[in-house]
Amino acid sequence: MNILFNGEPRSVRDAITIAELLEKLALDPRRVAVEVNLDLAPRDRHGETTLKEGDQLEVVTLVGGG
Amino acid sequence: MATDAQAGSTETGSPESGAAKDTFWLGKHVFQNRLIVGTGKYETFGLMRDALDVCGTECITVAVRREKLYDGDGKNILDYVDLDRYTLLPNTAGCYNAKDAIRTARLGREILRGLENPGADWVKLEVLGDSKTLLPDPMETLAATEQLVAEGFQVLCYTNDDPVTAQRLKRAGATAVMPAGSPIGSGQGVLNPNNIRICLEYLKGDDPDYPVIIDAGVGTASDITFAMELGVDGILLNTGIAHARDPVRMARAMNAACEAGRLAYLAGRIPKRLYATASSPEDGVISTRPW
Repeated sequence: MNILFNGEPRSVRDAITIAELLEKLALDPRRVAVEVNLDLAPRDRHGETTLKEGDQLEVVTLVGGG
Repeated sequence: MATDAQAGSTETGSPESGAAKDTFWLGKHVFQNRLIVGTGKYETFGLMRDALDVCGTECITVAVRREKLYDGDGKNILDYVDLDRYTLLPNTAGCYNAKDAIRTARLGREILRGLENPGADWVKLEVLGDSKTLLPDPMETLAATEQLVAEGFQVLCYTNDDPVTAQRLKRAGATAVMPAGSPIGSGQGVLNPNNIRICLEYLKGDDPDYPVIIDAGVGTASDITFAMELGVDGILLNTGIAHARDPVRMARAMNAACEAGRLAYLAGRIPKRLYATASSPEDGVISTRPW
């Protein structure tokens, strides 16, 4: 299925969980926060939150800023 | 901290609170150093780490941005920040409406919770109204403040130097109001000290410990001293250090300037007078006056 990952289309397997996707992308779950369709997806539920076709994901981290 | 040791040993403290130690209360957080320093625009993360080390700050700002999966060197700012030493202050920089700022604040809090950093309970709210001046949008800032306060955030509001907006933000529950001295990154210092004085009077009149911070515009050390002498509680800066020719040396200067300004404010400057007052005694002068 297709999702929108940080504004870019991306193909992932059906019903993948957020936790599985982060692991697949080698992202440290401690250092990122995830939003699905504009709502925060709390970290403690990444393992049970499955994605569906067309979901819009924002995966953010910290960068330098003022 | 040298600042604290000196202020503490002379038992100056805040004239309002009468506290023995001149500690910096910012909502639920307490610091000895009064600089909040940004982590953006440094040439390298190593330079950033060294500048932060010598400027004495205990609180640093960070931004929230999309994860880049194919970043060149793969370096993360968190590899260069001691999370046990610094309280992180996530910002909403780059947001132009309340909705996006609220989303960004929630995401920042989520990351800081994961890092178990004490900064997970607050946000530097920045809602911009114009990309050229980076001046804030007061209406969107106010709306975002109300919502974020309702969600339990301690909200530190970047705003302009307008005393009326400052009061509205405080009434909306902002933990601190942070007027810009001049536009972000402009290095023009405090352009309207009279407005800052009025902000201080209005916000602290019946609430002397309410934190007012100059956020943005610091170009060099004297800008900080000047602002601290006005009676603000702290300074938030980034570019003034990061883009100095020698950021580490400038970081040291900023720290000294902050301490100087704070001590001068607590000590109480002499009033300005039109005419001179002699420092040496009038009595016993051997010369005669020409008239």
